[in-house]
Amino acid sequence: MSRVIYLDNNATTMAAPEVVEAMRPFWNERYGNPSSMHAFGGQVHRDVESARARVAELIGADPGEIVFTSCGSESDNMAIRGAVEAFGRRVNVITSRVEHPAVLGPCQELAEHGVTVQHIPVDAAGQLDLVRLGEALREGPAVVSVMWVNNETGVIFPMDEIAAMVHAAGGLLHTDAVQAAGKIMIDLQRVPVDLLSLSGHKLHAPKGVGVLYIRRGTRIKPLLLGGHQEENRRAGTENVPYIVGLGRACELARAHLDDLPRLAAMRDRLEQGLLATCPDSSVNGDRHRRVATTLNISFEYIEGEAILYSLSDVGICASSGSACSSGSLEPSHVLRAMGVPFTAVHGSIRFSLSRYTTDEEIDYTLAALPPIVKRLRAMSPFVPK
Amino acid sequence: MWEYTGKVLDHFRNPRNVGLLENPDGIGEVGSLACGDALKLTFKLGPDGRIADVKFQTFGCASAIASSSALTEMVKGKTLDEAAKITNQDIAEFLGGLPEQKMHCSVMGREALEAAIDNYRGGQGGKRVLAGKVVCNCFGVTEEEILRVVRENQLSTVEQVTHYTKAGGGCGKCKGDIQALLTRVAAEQLAAEQAAHARSPARKMTNLERIRLIEETLERNVRPALRQDGGDIQLVDVEGPRVRVALRGMCAGCQVSEFTLRDVVQSKLREFVNEDIVVEEAP
Repeated sequence: MSRVIYLDNNATTMAAPEVVEAMRPFWNERYGNPSSMHAFGGQVHRDVESARARVAELIGADPGEIVFTSCGSESDNMAIRGAVEAFGRRVNVITSRVEHPAVLGPCQELAEHGVTVQHIPVDAAGQLDLVRLGEALREGPAVVSVMWVNNETGVIFPMDEIAAMVHAAGGLLHTDAVQAAGKIMIDLQRVPVDLLSLSGHKLHAPKGVGVLYIRRGTRIKPLLLGGHQEENRRAGTENVPYIVGLGRACELARAHLDDLPRLAAMRDRLEQGLLATCPDSSVNGDRHRRVATTLNISFEYIEGEAILYSLSDVGICASSGSACSSGSLEPSHVLRAMGVPFTAVHGSIRFSLSRYTTDEEIDYTLAALPPIVKRLRAMSPFVPK
Repeated sequence: MWEYTGKVLDHFRNPRNVGLLENPDGIGEVGSLACGDALKLTFKLGPDGRIADVKFQTFGCASAIASSSALTEMVKGKTLDEAAKITNQDIAEFLGGLPEQKMHCSVMGREALEAAIDNYRGGQGGKRVLAGKVVCNCFGVTEEEILRVVRENQLSTVEQVTHYTKAGGGCGKCKGDIQALLTRVAAEQLAAEQAAHARSPARKMTNLERIRLIEETLERNVRPALRQDGGDIQLVDVEGPRVRVALRGMCAGCQVSEFTLRDVVQSKLREFVNEDIVVEEAP
């Protein structure tokens, strides 16, 4: 494959060159242990704390509220299990039908151990049903975990409203903000969630580092025991190079929030172009409350994996909600929860942009995709005559 | 990404015989939009009774398209009797293999071919009608279809059945029923093996085979009867012709346990394993 048009940034992103550069000294020059009682380690401790401050700055938090983890999934697990355990399990869990598996997994495990778990539905545009959330909150104290931005559709949940509802009912709010960081403005002073998960590799830091924000005063039981690191909240020697990289990535993400209108324009051009050139196509998700970088579009009568392989043949990387591309037989639970018909779910493709996406790449994709759709439709038994 | 062979990718990128024949002699349709894949197959016979032309339309993933294309290449020039012998493994082998999770694509090919041949022979109207009891409601898979695929592909786990037929891949409620079908096929095969053993007593079993056969006989021919009375049995040891077992539950300490051991356990083991078996109760 000679060239790669990478439009799968919701899956993972390229580590920014500045990030790679920032990490470089921490392998074999500044390799001290941040906990050591010598200046060599002490300097590294300051580097970790500086990274912590940069992460905090991106989301409007205090550095003391930032805990470094190994990934977004760990953060989600720690938040949900840790919060429920801190309640002695005498608490309900409320989540949504469109969460990432890293949230649905621990919720299911708690349900199997007798905790009441409710899954709040979404409407056809992928927006959370706040009436149902309100009803669920009236059933007793709850740990609520709903995502800020959906990974498949880019739909943004109204986190300020949700936070107000949850707190008015005396509940605790966790949000998986893995797809939100760097794509919308996050200010935790204004939107008072209690726990928030971030992942490094979704915002141009490397894979293998994440964050759990824990609002001061929030009780949570650690998952990993056996070390004083992260103020006793997560044992284990700090993954220093990655933490430093994440700090730099957050600093860059904050500086690049200005790019979002440009990215939205590119995404819209891709969307409008495909809708115009491919008949029987439709956009999934709330087009008015959606991050700038995501387009989820369905092509009727054809199947997503076949589209992905054809795109891959011409160097374009994307994702699909079809059953065959997921490795299971069930298509996207997100699109199904929105009531998108099976025919459209199987032919759904997600394009996700980053600040490295160029206009030329959008042009290339706009030229490459329509013939693929046409070719596959010529093979399909379902295209109406 | 799936590990597709070069041949799968070639048939996906350059599918052979795409389209629909006008006034076909046979037409077969399987799958649906909801299921995520579907195949429509049409063929025409030549004056010699062989398949002269064949075309397909497929909705589905790369391996579904490749399986369909491969099928058309395989049946061309064959008589219907020859074509009817094509199994899903033949299709997978033609393609140099398919990932196990994608074997249902090859099964879909075989089903469409059968439906088309049936259609020609004046059977159903080309669309495959679900015959018999439906096991998986999510994907509309019947008992008959599952039993057939299990037998033809020597499947032994529910997961494999899902990979080959999709059954159990939706809500998962039918997994217990699929397990029951697997157990049924295993029991049939065991009975066939036992019959074969009975016919050829000359062949000496290895110790391992012998112990396995004892276990299986206890499982199928003894345990169900004991369970009806709230009891159970455990194999403790096998030493030459002596089989040591322990009775459990209601059977333990039962007044007639000696009778159970001799007239039920021992007689079944003698019937299915070896004439010289002596059953003893483990202390």
